[in-house]
Amino acid sequence: MNYFLTEEQQMIQDLARQIATEKIIPARAELDEKEEFPSEIMNILAQSDLFGLYIPEEYGGMGGGCFELCLATEQISRACGGVAVSYAASGLGAYPILLFGTHEQKQKYLPDIATGKKLAAFALTEANAGSDAGGTQTTAVLDGDHYILNGTKQWITNGGEAETYTVIAMTNKAKGSRGASAFIVEKGWEGFEFGKKEKKMGIRCSSTRELVFKNCRVPKENLLGKQGMGFIVAMKTLDRTRPGIGGQAVGIAQGALDEALSYSRQRVQFGKPISSFQAIQHMLADMAIQIEAARSLVYCTARYIDSGAKKISKDSAMCKTFAADMCMKVTTDAVQILGGYGYMREYPVEKMMRDAKITQIYEGTNQIQRNVIALQLIKESASKVK
Amino acid sequence: MKIIVCIKQVPATTKVKINPETNTLIRQGVESMINPYDAYAIEEGVRIRERIGGSVTALTMGPPQAQDALREAVSLGADDALLLSDRAFAGSDTWATSYTLAQGIKKIGDYDLIICGKQAIDGDTAQVGPGIAEFLDIPFVAYIRKIEDIKSDYLRVERLMDYGYEVIETGLPTLITVVKEINEPRLPSLRGKMKAKKVNIPAWDAAALDAAEDKVGLNASPTKVVKIFTPPPRGDGRMLSGSVDAIADELVQCLRSDRVV
Ligand SMILES: Cc1cc2nc3c(=O)[nH]c(=O)nc-3n(C[C@H](O)[C@H](O)[C@H](O)COP(=O)(O)OP(=O)(O)OC[C@H]3O[C@@H](n4cnc5c(N)ncnc54)[C@H](O)[C@@H]3O)c2cc1C
Repeated sequence: MNYFLTEEQQMIQDLARQIATEKIIPARAELDEKEEFPSEIMNILAQSDLFGLYIPEEYGGMGGGCFELCLATEQISRACGGVAVSYAASGLGAYPILLFGTHEQKQKYLPDIATGKKLAAFALTEANAGSDAGGTQTTAVLDGDHYILNGTKQWITNGGEAETYTVIAMTNKAKGSRGASAFIVEKGWEGFEFGKKEKKMGIRCSSTRELVFKNCRVPKENLLGKQGMGFIVAMKTLDRTRPGIGGQAVGIAQGALDEALSYSRQRVQFGKPISSFQAIQHMLADMAIQIEAARSLVYCTARYIDSGAKKISKDSAMCKTFAADMCMKVTTDAVQILGGYGYMREYPVEKMMRDAKITQIYEGTNQIQRNVIALQLIKESASKVK
Repeated sequence: MKIIVCIKQVPATTKVKINPETNTLIRQGVESMINPYDAYAIEEGVRIRERIGGSVTALTMGPPQAQDALREAVSLGADDALLLSDRAFAGSDTWATSYTLAQGIKKIGDYDLIICGKQAIDGDTAQVGPGIAEFLDIPFVAYIRKIEDIKSDYLRVERLMDYGYEVIETGLPTLITVVKEINEPRLPSLRGKMKAKKVNIPAWDAAALDAAEDKVGLNASPTKVVKIFTPPPRGDGRMLSGSVDAIADELVQCLRSDRVV
């Protein structure tokens, strides 16, 4: 399929694929096994200018958008979903600043994120606030020209590795969903520490950690947007980053199809390569159909968002959900095609299947996405009836 | 620091065929790439610039399509690039190539450091780097594995030898050739790739270089390739150990039994 990429988008895709092939594939199994953060690969991605794709040139980036970020994330995911999320989560941490930051905040924080000198992270989830972000318990209390943060964030991607954190905390619990605010917090500030590092099923080289705030003083000028806008900051950010998760899912699935295809042509049973069996052929065909359909939806959505469209929540949710479900199915089928070998860690597809699962869970579970989509459909329908 | 890196475009495969009549490589229909040793030269040039400032110019002599290699050099960090191209240059051996590149470098002028790969993987002569230095009448140090120190008029390097390494000091301008131990070349950057696409690469012909007609191309090339063959692989070395007397005895015995003495 030809997606009519611009010359620059083509270069991004080529470069990310080259890094994936030459640097990530040889390292992925060991990084997974040791649950080791891929610092060296992050440096290569930084040196290649890939961290600044969606950041305006004014702030040291390449001036692209959500689509460029998707293209790079997809290619990196083709090699390793764990490396890809470490890369993409920096975007998740930076988007709130990009969307709601003042010129001063952008000037201070975005250039180092654009060059990859510093990683960013985004902290919304807590032990008692997952799908229901309204249950957030971390508080921020204004004291003179500082906010004082207390509480614990859980499962924060790039926790400990990132230097710049966007943190959602309650500034006025009585106001419910209008009582949250977003802050930029720097690693190393007093009262900000890292807790437990999680042991995970997949994306194991990525860091997933607790952020612990104990009377952490955050200067007033680090409030993002206005007080009370915390959940709006979070939702508008996730609307723009979910296609990236779609790209991650497409990439992981494509990697699995590549493996399944080449294996099926080599594995001989009953005197023939298994690729000659129609049952295998149809699985391969279905995998390819589903991947291409998801890719089309992800690319279309990302381009739609970059066009400046305002109402994007439903489309963003649709592309993430569809691609994630597709990815789980395709990677499971890839393991099936490799049979017992597919179940062994010696081959890469079992890791791809483990990595695939997270795409249905984070940045809002697929159930929550369906809630968002359905509510929007009903709203649209009701407004037509009127 | 003004750095010039000489690169060569070579066939991208080890399976190139040799024309039995001329005993030269058949290059048609084979994909090309930057000679791998020259990739280390580009990377070292870029690293020196990143450390102490200056500029890196990639230079090649070759047909018009050698531009691709120069564009790749720019994507890997070279600031600009220059092509020496003329039908009259065709068939140059290492002598004529060295002369032509040296003429190009003279025309660029006020350079501080010239970096070449230790040899090209198609011809494997390792002669062009030193040859350029001779034509320019500047010092050269071959087989550099590390730059220990570099200032505007001073260079200290480690030169890789069979038995270890030598530390050599020299003034500038100087020409060095580098071995693969010197660095690990980076991958291109997006900005580099975008710049490479747009960069204007001037092409200088024989006239532009003031190159003497009788010093370029096939007719000016004294080398005649008589025969090409793969030398037998070098046998494994053997370390002798023990007291000095015992080693000396054993060595003499070995030399006798191998009929060396
Ligand atoms: C590896 C990893 C990395 C993560 N990285 C980050 C990060 O960087 N930043 C961050 O803030 N968070 C991060 N998260 C958190 C992630 O976004 C949450 O896990 C996710 O939002 C779901 O919350 P939960 O796990 O608490 O599930 P719960 O909300 O407890 O959900 C449990 C189940 O109930 C379903 N469910 C819940 N509510 C409803 C409903 N109303 N209707 C239908 N079904 C419902 C869910 O779909 C799910 O199946 C990460 C999580 C993981 C595992």
